[in-house]
Amino acid sequence: MEAIILQILNGLDKGSAYALIALGLTLIFGTLGVVNFAHGALFMIGAFCAVILQRLLSLSHQVVDETRTDFLGNPLKVDVPYVYDWFGEAAGQAIINWSVPLAIVFSIPVMVAAGFAMERGLIKYFYKRPHADQILVTFGLAIVLQEIIKYFFGANPIPTPAPPAFTGSFDFGALIGLENIIYPYWRLVYFLFSMAIITAVFGFLQFTTFGMVVRAGMADRETVGLLGINIDKRFTIMFGLAAAVAGLAGVMYAPINSPNYHMGMDFLVLSFVVVVVGGMGSLPGAVLAGFLLGILESFASLPQVIDIIPGINQIIIYLVAIVILLTRPRGLMGRKGVMEE
Amino acid sequence: MSNTSLTRRGLLKSSAVAGAGLAVPTIFTASSASAFTNEPTGGSVTLGFNVPQSGPYADEGADELRAYELAVEHLNGGGDGGMINTFSSKTLDGTGILGKKVEYVTGDTQTKSDAARASAKSMIEKDGAIMITGGSSSGVAVAVQALCQEAGVIFMAGLTHSNDTTGKDKKANGFRHFFNSYMSGAALAPILQANYGSDRKAYHLTADYNWGYTTEEAVRTSTEAVGWETVAAVKTPLTQTDFSSYIAPVLQTDADVLVLNHYGGNMVNSLTNAVQFGLRDKLVNGKNFEIVVPLYSRLMARGAGANVKGIFGSTNWHWSLQDEGSQAFVRSFGTKYGFPPSQAAHTCYVQALLYADAVNRAGSFNPCAVGEALEGFEFDGMGNGPTLYRAEDHQCFKDVLVVKGKENPTSEFDLLEIVEITPVSQVTYDASIFGGELGACNPGA
Repeated sequence: MEAIILQILNGLDKGSAYALIALGLTLIFGTLGVVNFAHGALFMIGAFCAVILQRLLSLSHQVVDETRTDFLGNPLKVDVPYVYDWFGEAAGQAIINWSVPLAIVFSIPVMVAAGFAMERGLIKYFYKRPHADQILVTFGLAIVLQEIIKYFFGANPIPTPAPPAFTGSFDFGALIGLENIIYPYWRLVYFLFSMAIITAVFGFLQFTTFGMVVRAGMADRETVGLLGINIDKRFTIMFGLAAAVAGLAGVMYAPINSPNYHMGMDFLVLSFVVVVVGGMGSLPGAVLAGFLLGILESFASLPQVIDIIPGINQIIIYLVAIVILLTRPRGLMGRKGVMEE
Repeated sequence: MSNTSLTRRGLLKSSAVAGAGLAVPTIFTASSASAFTNEPTGGSVTLGFNVPQSGPYADEGADELRAYELAVEHLNGGGDGGMINTFSSKTLDGTGILGKKVEYVTGDTQTKSDAARASAKSMIEKDGAIMITGGSSSGVAVAVQALCQEAGVIFMAGLTHSNDTTGKDKKANGFRHFFNSYMSGAALAPILQANYGSDRKAYHLTADYNWGYTTEEAVRTSTEAVGWETVAAVKTPLTQTDFSSYIAPVLQTDADVLVLNHYGGNMVNSLTNAVQFGLRDKLVNGKNFEIVVPLYSRLMARGAGANVKGIFGSTNWHWSLQDEGSQAFVRSFGTKYGFPPSQAAHTCYVQALLYADAVNRAGSFNPCAVGEALEGFEFDGMGNGPTLYRAEDHQCFKDVLVVKGKENPTSEFDLLEIVEITPVSQVTYDASIFGGELGACNPGA
């Protein structure tokens, strides 16, 4: 029982990342009709927003410590962050420790700007081109972006810890009268955060005039255009919003796994599977499939399951995708007719 | 006067041999004037440095390249000479190799076997490289070693830790200075026993590829020999990034040690996840839960940050060693680049010098002569104490370092501390246990 609950919890936090990325992918596909293979790169850039802010807050000047030596035997140069000088060591360190949550604020304008630049600078020229062209150009863009990140930050993962208050784990089992269900604080934070973002995006689309126009445009772009509404401008804003969602998913993911230049690609293919399983263009489908596949992947990783079906952990998501595409091509919550011609 | 007669059978045989010869790609044949592949004729000799310049191990590859550039500088008489001054063999005098100036070309392995073979082939065929060296993966090492064997050049492996490189996949033209999985297990087990006791239950998470298998087998065998029980061994996909679903089941067993047979990004992520799940704070069977990382890399340890603190592992070399050779290398490298070298840099630098010295001692660039000079060669002053290049499998035998994540690092490079220098006698094994045949040396002619 404990193992099952623990794997459900693991699936939920893994599914949170899938759902947030897939949500952005679906927003872009639903509004602009673009298959954006660079979306994983936006997730990666978001994680690097946390790295960048951590480094900015840790900017230091050097002080020579005559009592210690470096690896060459010279007096050791110790880095002292400027925030120590400005706020004192304790407060300065606290600011650095909280760089990931602070990066939420930092990343939103950065990601929206990155989204605008991506859409206005490149992707808009491919709206009327076949999906294959869109995939090629966005995939190429993703590679360019990750190489840029690698050039500046190297290939190795960069540790970006959560604030000390959220490091470590708690006994979830004690809350429900079971034993041995230890769960990390930050993963719970990540799940709650993703639920908040998903709720906010749905609320924005459901309860604002802007959202209503966007939904109308997703359903029938031409008719909305005929009403004199500049739907392209709104769709560009939606691209920025989708980029921000991916970026926020990346920022908060940084303490779970140290960011590296390749992390976007690691999530990209899985997120596309999530979109297909959920239903192309279906926002609730993307979220549902994200969590569903996250949980399935977790269960498939159980040693007892691997003992029965060796290798199932590596193929489960793709197996589900194949079954869905064969039996219900429009996905779990896709509109009738989409992908079914 | 000879009596020659042309028969139909003889003509067919000759035609078949000639046809087969013509069908062999040019890379595997030397010109009729040369005794071996890429025999240097001018005043210089070209070495091929095949390292990961892109992909997940690019940082390690960059450090390897720095080390090779330093080695070339020292071989050509530049800089302070580094380990040439401490090397027990005294044939290297700063005049290149056999009096020829050392030049080099580089290739990008991308940590992919096919890409690594392609770049090595290009360096041999187009650039005339006489020797190929480098790499940061066992899969790549095995693939490039096989290519060099066919092409008739020497391969001096870079960072490759799988038993197979000098085990079942060994080749006469290939040589490895780096240690291997067996040695890690043999060095670690006594330290783990001394620190954690003999009554331990281990749970292995193993990267699902060749290196992972040999490392798991080595650590399992050696820890079971000191009384540990292996509770489970689960293979994890190489592409896995979030290991939570593999770590959570550990909590449901009575295991009290988690062995992470992972390297690179896998190691960083699995270790980070294990610490996040509170494994290190857990008490099982009345004992503290422990984590072990059999192969440590300082470059990778940086990615795991504070999570490496107190965790045991093994390494081929560490910049904090105080022997004369290590100090000379750290001084040269640190002065040139501003930070201490990694174990990958060290093994590559040493391999370049060992090759150059072997050529000088052999008096020839012929790979068979060089191989003969390396086989059974005993040396010192290169940072690992007295070392033997064993003739039977072309594996170096030297002391192995057991290290631990440092509790209070003074810099971003000061992440590991040496716990013990395991004597070579403790990590030596019979050359036949991993199978394979060296075969005959191939000069390529």
